[in-house]
Amino acid sequence: MSALATPDAAAGAINGARGSFARRLLRRPVAIGAIAFLVLLTLACVLAPLIAPYDPKEQDLAAVLSGPTGDHLLGTDTLGRDVLSRLLHGGRRSLLSVLEGLAVVLAIGVPLGLLGGYLGGRSDRLLSRVAELLMAIPAIILVLVVLAVLPHNEDAAMVTFGVLGAPAVLRVVRGATLKLREELYVTAARVSGLSHARIVLRHILPRVIGPVIVQASIFAAYALLFETGLAYLGLTADPTTPTWGGMVAEASTVMQQQVWLLFPAGVLIAVTIMAFGLLGDAVRDAAVATEAPGRRRRAVAAAPDGVGEAAAADERPDALLRVRDLSVVLERGGAEVPIVDRVSFDVMPGETLGLVGESGCGKSVSALALLRLLPSGMRVVEGEISWQGENVRRYGDRAFDALRGSTFAYVSQEPQASLDPTFTIGSQLVEVVRNHERCSRAAAKERALELLRLVEIPAPERIARSHAHELSGGMAQRIAIALALAGRPRLLIADEPTTALDVTVQAEILALLRRLQEETGMAIVLITHNWGVVADICDRTVVMYAGQVVERCAVQEMFDRPLHPYTLGLLESHPSLATARGALPSMAGRVPAPGDWPAGCRFAPRCRYARAECEAAPVPARTVEPDRVSRCVRVEQVFPVAEEVGRR
Amino acid sequence: MLRLIGRRLLWSIPLLVLVPTFTFLMVALIPGDVARTLTGSSGTEAQYQQLRQTLGLDEPLHVRYWDWLQNAVQGDLGMSLFSQQPVTELLGSRLSVTFSLVIGSTLLAALIGVAFGIAAALRPGRSGKVVDAVSLVGLAIPNFFLGLLLVAWFAVAVPLFPATGYVDPQDSPLEWLRSIVLPVVTLAVPGVAVVAKQTRDAMGDTLERPFIRTLRACGVSRRSIVFKHALRSAAIPIVTVVGIIFVGALSGTVLVETVFAMPGLGGVAVQATAQHDVPLIQGVAVYFTVVVVLVNLFVDIVYGWLDPRVRVA
Repeated sequence: MSALATPDAAAGAINGARGSFARRLLRRPVAIGAIAFLVLLTLACVLAPLIAPYDPKEQDLAAVLSGPTGDHLLGTDTLGRDVLSRLLHGGRRSLLSVLEGLAVVLAIGVPLGLLGGYLGGRSDRLLSRVAELLMAIPAIILVLVVLAVLPHNEDAAMVTFGVLGAPAVLRVVRGATLKLREELYVTAARVSGLSHARIVLRHILPRVIGPVIVQASIFAAYALLFETGLAYLGLTADPTTPTWGGMVAEASTVMQQQVWLLFPAGVLIAVTIMAFGLLGDAVRDAAVATEAPGRRRRAVAAAPDGVGEAAAADERPDALLRVRDLSVVLERGGAEVPIVDRVSFDVMPGETLGLVGESGCGKSVSALALLRLLPSGMRVVEGEISWQGENVRRYGDRAFDALRGSTFAYVSQEPQASLDPTFTIGSQLVEVVRNHERCSRAAAKERALELLRLVEIPAPERIARSHAHELSGGMAQRIAIALALAGRPRLLIADEPTTALDVTVQAEILALLRRLQEETGMAIVLITHNWGVVADICDRTVVMYAGQVVERCAVQEMFDRPLHPYTLGLLESHPSLATARGALPSMAGRVPAPGDWPAGCRFAPRCRYARAECEAAPVPARTVEPDRVSRCVRVEQVFPVAEEVGRR
Repeated sequence: MLRLIGRRLLWSIPLLVLVPTFTFLMVALIPGDVARTLTGSSGTEAQYQQLRQTLGLDEPLHVRYWDWLQNAVQGDLGMSLFSQQPVTELLGSRLSVTFSLVIGSTLLAALIGVAFGIAAALRPGRSGKVVDAVSLVGLAIPNFFLGLLLVAWFAVAVPLFPATGYVDPQDSPLEWLRSIVLPVVTLAVPGVAVVAKQTRDAMGDTLERPFIRTLRACGVSRRSIVFKHALRSAAIPIVTVVGIIFVGALSGTVLVETVFAMPGLGGVAVQATAQHDVPLIQGVAVYFTVVVVLVNLFVDIVYGWLDPRVRVA
């Protein structure tokens, strides 16, 4: 019955009226159960005069307060009347009341909601405002006012309850209508000269029925809760008429003698309310499923393609960080889709390694895997991550937590979103500082200010008192760097730290990183797709494509003479590095999505040098020259040593 | 922040005027004669005329409305027809009962709901289903039935708590606590379900946000991330829902105070309705509305405290 808690959620169920919707609904066992229960209950109550075993008012003083027996399946009450018969008869009034309330709610809520959503403007705002006001009033108290003036008038009570419940339906219908109105075909219908009434009735109404059914179910649940409550209080029916609520009230007077009597009516009320709630949930889920038919991908096995390179020849024994065959998968619908495929590289102390490639090549995922901060659904399936010779992949979560911030630190590409919006900059810095070193609050504050000065923040005291939303992007990125530096890390992983910033600010942040590196001697792994940044700050580069490393070498060599067609393509399509003659060449095609990777060379479909052999089998990464690794089968043919293809 | 509060107060004026007007008009316009209802079939014509005059029914509608509104603004909600006491006096003495129940149950629901919700957000899957099932049952059981079940189990079968009645905390704090346990639990049950669901969803969303990753990358402890950072950012939707369940509990007192024979506003409302005591039930409606307005204001202030961006907005 989640829908009871969040009526607005139903607004998502816009496409409820599509053809297959009913079938989808009936495929849900919960929906069938709820519908079947409600239909049977209604039938039983309607036919009560025919099927009830006893007259509901027939007293049998010889059998007072009997529990369930063969004669009285649900027992008898204080006057020896048959409980089952009274339940069946009592349900008539309760269900009728629910119907009355529903009729009022729908009669008011649906037309006004359609009107407000379709017309928009001032009338819409007025309707919404009034709806908001009505929703703030506790309904029961106004209904009591009505019942004080019109004693025992249950119809009046339910109509009032319906009026007060209408705003919830109105809001949902309005929201759905508003969304539909924006849709092209309604606009098109208007252009083609259909009348407003026809557009609303033919095009909009059928498609808001889904959310309306959800709301109606929720309302029915509340209406029954409400009706039985009033009956319990004895404010609606006269005492001799059987009602569900009244039966609970009567049972409460004999609780000491016969507890059982509470249950038949009480449980029936609860189960009926549950059925309404479950029906609403099922309708909403079925409608949402219509709207978003979850894309099914074929399961792609992370098939080993024999391209591991554990013994790469550019191996450096004194590496700070050593990554070997790191593979990450995304679990989706029971299948595992590889995202990162056997990535290997080393980071030397104090150096800056550029991780380069287009979006969607697995650079960020590789970085997050190093930090064990992968988003939910992704996990590392194999590989080694060694820090100064020690494989930290074997560490437990607690031991690994201790490495973050002090060994590896991280700066993301969204400076503002990466700061906690609710705490001041100062308090975030102080917390992180105290996390790394035992010190007094005052000392931590001093260190926080020192960090702010370190990242060249003007007026650090003032900035420490401000919140993330008060900072510019460049300022926020400096703060993020200060946070990362608080634990004096040995390796900073920066994921496109300048992408979201203005060009001038980009240069400042890069200069800052370079200066910090000189001062602290930390190593940096810089993820970027900007060659300017690579040229500016990196010592070596790892080029990634479709989850794999395709080339790995020193920056200068790569600019001079790339040894993979993808690297060459990237270089050529970069405005500041491309040739002056002619149009800017750009690579055709796009990076294939994970799960759609070709079996052979993954770049082959976009490669101008591709031959049949490229697509035949997975291509291993090879050491083609000292300290140079390339994943191109035809590297010798495409990039002959003598010919200087890359130097332009 | 002060401006925010001021603006919110202005917004609440329509509601404060609307409810009394609504109840007044309902009484005046409903096809039925209050005086006739009150005199009943046994009353004489003279009694009827006398009552019409007392209620001012002979005056034109707008005069009656204006008089009533003027008095109401000055804190005079008229006299109870049944007990002949001023309405404000009658209701004022019962506020503490209702507040004990409503505040107690809201706090209880918020604490348990948030705890369940966090647990469900940290371990999605099975615990999510548990929260769904608990909330299904919690919202579907009518509070009067639940209250009676609690009485049957914890007052009759195992006499841990009194079945009915209210003890003033000034007389005996311990007995006061014992007397409100069962009604507070009864009122809290649907709220637990609602708060748990909202907390689970809000925490789930927040834990996926980039700043959580930053904090984790900085080595901030898991406990601080969940209970300090994520909970504070997730708190706004949770506070909204807590405001809603407060109002729900207030409505719930109408039934629950009757079940437990508690002398609060809700119980009075039922008596007033049964006795056709129109001024008294109107008074309860006004009190309820004022409480709703104050709760909404409180919720807005909490927003501002939680989220610095709201303060400037």
